Amino acid sequence: MSFLEYAPAPESRAIVKLRPSYGLFIDGSWVDGHGEPFSTISPASEERLAEIATADEHDVDLAVAAARRAYDRTWSRLSGADRGKYLFRIARLVQERARELAVAESLDNGKPIKESRDVDVPLVAAWFFYYAGWADKLDYAGLGANPRALGVAAQVIPWNFPLMMLAWKIAPALAAGNTVVLKPAETTPLTALLFAEIVQQADLPAGVVNIVTGAGGTGQALVRHPGVDKVAFTGSTAVGREIAKTVAGTHKKVTLELGGKAANIVFDDAPIDQAIEGIVNGIFFNQGHVCCAGSRLLVQENVHAEVVDRLKQRLTTLRMGDPLDKNTDIGAINSREQLDRIRSLSDIGEQEGAERWSAPCEIPENGFWFAPTIFDNVSTSSTIAREEVFGPVLSVLTFRTPAEAIAKANNTPYGLSAGIWTDKGSKILAVADKLRAGVIWANTFNRFDPSSPFGGYKESGYGREGGRHGLAGYLKAGN
Amino acid sequence: MTMQHTALAPAERAVRVLGGDLTERSLRLHLEGLSGVDAVGLEQRAAGLGTRSIKTSSKAWALDTIIKLTDLTTLEGADTPGKVRSLVAKGLNPDPSDPSTPRVAAVCVYGDMVPAAIDALGAAHGDPDAGLVSVAAVATAFPSGRASLPVKLADTRDAVANGADDIDMVIDRGAFLAGDYGTVFEQIVAVKEACRRDDGGFAHLKVILETGELTTYDNVRRASWLAILAGADFIKTSTGKVTPAATLPVTLLMLEVVRDWYRLTGERIGVKPAGGIRSSKDAIKYVVTVAETAGEQWLQPHLFRFGASSLLNDVLLQRQKISTGHYSGPDYVTID
Repeated sequence: MSFLEYAPAPESRAIVKLRPSYGLFIDGSWVDGHGEPFSTISPASEERLAEIATADEHDVDLAVAAARRAYDRTWSRLSGADRGKYLFRIARLVQERARELAVAESLDNGKPIKESRDVDVPLVAAWFFYYAGWADKLDYAGLGANPRALGVAAQVIPWNFPLMMLAWKIAPALAAGNTVVLKPAETTPLTALLFAEIVQQADLPAGVVNIVTGAGGTGQALVRHPGVDKVAFTGSTAVGREIAKTVAGTHKKVTLELGGKAANIVFDDAPIDQAIEGIVNGIFFNQGHVCCAGSRLLVQENVHAEVVDRLKQRLTTLRMGDPLDKNTDIGAINSREQLDRIRSLSDIGEQEGAERWSAPCEIPENGFWFAPTIFDNVSTSSTIAREEVFGPVLSVLTFRTPAEAIAKANNTPYGLSAGIWTDKGSKILAVADKLRAGVIWANTFNRFDPSSPFGGYKESGYGREGGRHGLAGYLKAGN
Repeated sequence: MTMQHTALAPAERAVRVLGGDLTERSLRLHLEGLSGVDAVGLEQRAAGLGTRSIKTSSKAWALDTIIKLTDLTTLEGADTPGKVRSLVAKGLNPDPSDPSTPRVAAVCVYGDMVPAAIDALGAAHGDPDAGLVSVAAVATAFPSGRASLPVKLADTRDAVANGADDIDMVIDRGAFLAGDYGTVFEQIVAVKEACRRDDGGFAHLKVILETGELTTYDNVRRASWLAILAGADFIKTSTGKVTPAATLPVTLLMLEVVRDWYRLTGERIGVKPAGGIRSSKDAIKYVVTVAETAGEQWLQPHLFRFGASSLLNDVLLQRQKISTGHYSGPDYVTID
């Protein structure tokens, strides 16, 4: 037997005790939903994990009313220091329950446990710690003295980083003094519901955080609700557009973090082995379900063959399979619907003449899987170079000069992120200056930190999350 | 500079890769043209490989492999024939409570202790591929390398004449850091020639880069290429006398170099991390790094070695844990 067929090293599921069914978390307690309940499944096995309530308009109404009451009666009257105490408490509880949250996230989302354990959950705690520190320092948030909270925030988050996106939304909102109604994605509600337990454990005043589950209809009801003062959404550009239309002409403040088609630019003077790792991390991290994924590899033509060759070699060492196995690098695609989309876009890529290569992986029998795939000789006009695949699919394009790299990188309606690989510091600065993208990584990719603002140009959305800038979306200037 | 056009000894590999008119200048151009190393990225990759979870049957295999790849080492001023005999006995029979325990690959000693080692090994002296134990000798004014070339060559010839199977030489770090790559190259070529035995064969040459003194990863990559071009059979991280000695990122980088050399020429060069690897847990990370970087075929005594002394007993404790189901203690493994 080959040593590289590592013996199974599964993380135990025993630490997660799921209830057979979950209601809605409104006003500090669990209540029934009035919509049609649905099941959440493990995308790696299609096993049913729990039954989840659907919030209808009436339930959303109750949640918003609870958030409003909590805002008026308690949360807005607390000092920043006291709000901070609650946030610190939440952060510590997330750390205490880190393993449980990581296992639940991998079960429900399909992402490898090494990522939920080493990336998602630590960042969730870091986000709460970071914004806990801001709660009593809002005078320094850049909006002048005594900035004020907006009121009730409606937050709708995606399925790719369920708990992390929750933290990105809830932590700054609460630090700034708002109360929230959050809707997790329908395929990944579990960790948000576990988070509701943490909210109870932290003894947060009732109604400050409300979690409503459901599909698009629930999200729509929430976003449209006249009682909300702020809408924060992370997800697809199509839905983001709808939301922008919905809230246009209202008093609601909006933050949208939408799609991306990031260029990962590799120059011929790049540190080659690290660039290969960066390409892999850029597009195959979290099965490519990353809005800032480096899905377009722009590689200088004189090193194109070598980079692609080394990349393929590296991809053969990736391990796809059970998300709970500690050695798994590539987990499951989150849903059948997403898998269908990745398949159909890949087929179009092939039809349009790009050269398809997939890593040799054994595809498990059940669940939704897609082997890491590279399309070589992709042209800028190819569908797979323009549309967001949101899966483990990399398009390889070439360039000859820095100017051409910049032009091609910017030639997209999106502008969320970009990567630059070169050993030359001056080149990094010169190129970064001309890229129209919210986040630019130099000699690394997909690194996140709560102190660093994140957000897009153009159709990748507006507003920033993270850092001091992330507070601005939840505050208005004082008078 | 005229010196740059000085012709270098036509080492076979260097001529093959750099061309016939091998000069100080062509060597320098090649080394300076190598891709840079991003320290953050390299260390991140090494840390990632370190998170592999090696359990049950994989762990058992890895532990046995670590023993089979160990150069059990004693390099003290106080070494005596008795100490070397004890080391050899340990290498031949690492765990008296379990005869299924494999032997180590080699014992590594100072050149003057080679006869004592060979004597103690007796019929068990030979190729580790055949289940025998070979003898490695450090040479070339180990560990500093601060001696004239004739002294280094005499040191080497002496160890080879005594019957050493492997020569672990040190490079002239001072010359390397001064940019005098030609000197480092010529010395390796000369030492390689001094490894020639009377029967025409060669002792294996391990070239110690002493990465803790080269300091930067870019230097480690250059020195690795330089050593291979000059004829190294193995590139080795450290003497064990300088801190830091072997680290996972440095070993990963050297494995990337031998992988690249294999891509370029089809020839396999060995890697030996030495010094500072004391726990099974750490050693397993190296085994994983070898398998996922250069490939599993590198996990054999002619292509990978651990230079270690205290590591062996920790591996034995882990091995006993697997067979008995419980941890024993330091009194249940023998000291050498």
